[in-house]
Amino acid sequence: MSQRDRLDLTADVLIIGGGMAACWAATSAARAGVRVVLADKGFVGTSGVTATGGPNHWWVAPDKRAQAVEERHARSFGLAERDWMARIIEETWRALPELTPYYPFDTDGRGGTFYSGVRGPEYMRALRRFAVDRGVTILDHHPALELLQDEDGAIVGAAGHARLDDRDWRVRAPAVILATGGCAFRSGLIGSHGNTGDGLLMAAEAGAVLSGMEFSASYSLSPAWNSTRTLPYFAARFFDAAGHELDVPPPMSGEAAHLKALARAMDAGPVLADLSDAPDLLKQLLRRIQPASLPPFERRGIDLFENRFPIRLFGEGTVRGTGGLQIIDEDCRTSVEGLYAVGDCATRELIAGATSGGGAQNAAWALTSGRVAGKAAALAALRSGRSAPGRAIGRAGLRPASTARAIDLTPVVPAVQAFTIAFDGTLWRSAAKLEAAQERLDDLWRDMADHGHAEGLGRVALREQAAMLASARWVGAAALARDESRGLHMREDRPQVDPAQARRLLTGGLEQVWTRFDHAKPLIREKDVAA
Amino acid sequence: MIAHIFEERCDGCNSCVAACPTHVLDARTDGVPVIARIDQCQTCYMCELYCESDAIYVDPDQLARSTITPQAILDGGQLGRLRHDYGWDQDAAPGEGHLSDFWRLGPLLREGAEIATRRYAAFKADRG
Repeated sequence: MSQRDRLDLTADVLIIGGGMAACWAATSAARAGVRVVLADKGFVGTSGVTATGGPNHWWVAPDKRAQAVEERHARSFGLAERDWMARIIEETWRALPELTPYYPFDTDGRGGTFYSGVRGPEYMRALRRFAVDRGVTILDHHPALELLQDEDGAIVGAAGHARLDDRDWRVRAPAVILATGGCAFRSGLIGSHGNTGDGLLMAAEAGAVLSGMEFSASYSLSPAWNSTRTLPYFAARFFDAAGHELDVPPPMSGEAAHLKALARAMDAGPVLADLSDAPDLLKQLLRRIQPASLPPFERRGIDLFENRFPIRLFGEGTVRGTGGLQIIDEDCRTSVEGLYAVGDCATRELIAGATSGGGAQNAAWALTSGRVAGKAAALAALRSGRSAPGRAIGRAGLRPASTARAIDLTPVVPAVQAFTIAFDGTLWRSAAKLEAAQERLDDLWRDMADHGHAEGLGRVALREQAAMLASARWVGAAALARDESRGLHMREDRPQVDPAQARRLLTGGLEQVWTRFDHAKPLIREKDVAA
Repeated sequence: MIAHIFEERCDGCNSCVAACPTHVLDARTDGVPVIARIDQCQTCYMCELYCESDAIYVDPDQLARSTITPQAILDGGQLGRLRHDYGWDQDAAPGEGHLSDFWRLGPLLREGAEIATRRYAAFKADRG
């Protein structure tokens, strides 16, 4: 296919990604009066895991905040920061009402307005309109392939391929915000097909550091044939194929007991859910609250509250896991000059420690990190004198180290899922399992880095495979180096929490993956929170 | 996965091509989009939500390509149902916002978990 002329744009701030963090970053940067370009792999409004969901945001009234932070901090295994937690509560409280012209906020059932919980498609549609009204240039279906770096090592833009137009694009900007989401390793989780860790790979090629990648064992329950929302399952009973009720501790019972019981049962055979115990009001209102919960059943002639049906746990990787790019200051900068990370692309240890930020905390984090990075990037861009075009620095899948040739990609997804999605390697990790799987991943990575090559649109899919391989290798290295169990990281050969390892674990590198414990102090100072 | 686009309903606006987050569809010069990369379909129903003609149908099986016939889709009465349930096909009636019950999501979720917790305690007591 012949390619058209490349699209070349310049901006002050470039945002890569198109979910809620990207949109909040864009509106915040644009408010500072700078030129903002947002380039998303998909469509801003339907892209990512927020669009298909219904995020609740961490929403705490001012007089209850200190207690909420204290309670949550106590459950973070020592790795969260109270100041960051307080900050995301405050910023979320301020920000959501700003969406009022775009989102149909309705009653909270007590005579007030319900701001904290929003339905995904309407939320993302609102954020898109908000960004457009603020003057943001949105490039839908413009996946980024690589970053541009100047001679000083600073990031000065990105390059990619516009897939509907089949032409390359390049945006020069002295500040770049990565908002590409977490990596779900192609588990089939709803909304996550594009969440392949692209931003993690691009950042690592520039030398960025990751943190908390071992905290990546998370799942959500759905009918076996279609990943959907989990609201209907909280009162579920579970049965094996012979009709015997399974011993499954209730959800929210801690220590991943619910999850592990289901996973063990599923490894043994089909598991069926019975939702007949669900609250009566839920049965009446599910269609009004979460309409997308119904089609998987109605289109199969199943009554989800009357008929038992097979279920599956869909892996969430680092989406609801916690690891991502390390944040080095209160503006959400990465360790690379000119490069910021927000939302699920960044580590959420700051607010969730070794646990999952679940829905509410992660949504407040995505909103807040987007807003603070957007503002900081805009101010930095105005001060920046950087105008060099920069060099495109992508490697694996774009510029093979050796001879370019077609490589077999069929083993990639099974290999990257070995200790991120597959139950035994993820929920019952051990040094032996991790070492065996890492060896396999290293071989696949070497093949990709040495020979991986594609043309035009084909580069998008190949880079996704490379990004998943890189992400899985960081998860594996971190899971091996954290020689204990802590929160979402569960080692069957090291079942105890080791107080000496109550520190963040950093990782990075592509040819050689490295890990080291972080000894840094908290990231934001008390005065910033008070201000 | 996306199962079918009804040509006689499609007005060629290509909203589905634009809205699909995973580039499953290609626009065509004669108006009706083509399902070009079904292996990338994640069964998220977003194309249905953005199709104002209710011309596209997603089969709920995300693991295998659907074999449902167009007639069976029409007979099933689900074409356009999801967009209607979201309220995207009409303005809300006064005092009846499409999202007026959305605040109940959290309380209903917690109520479900409490039901499970009580039942599990009884289940354990029963089994000794």
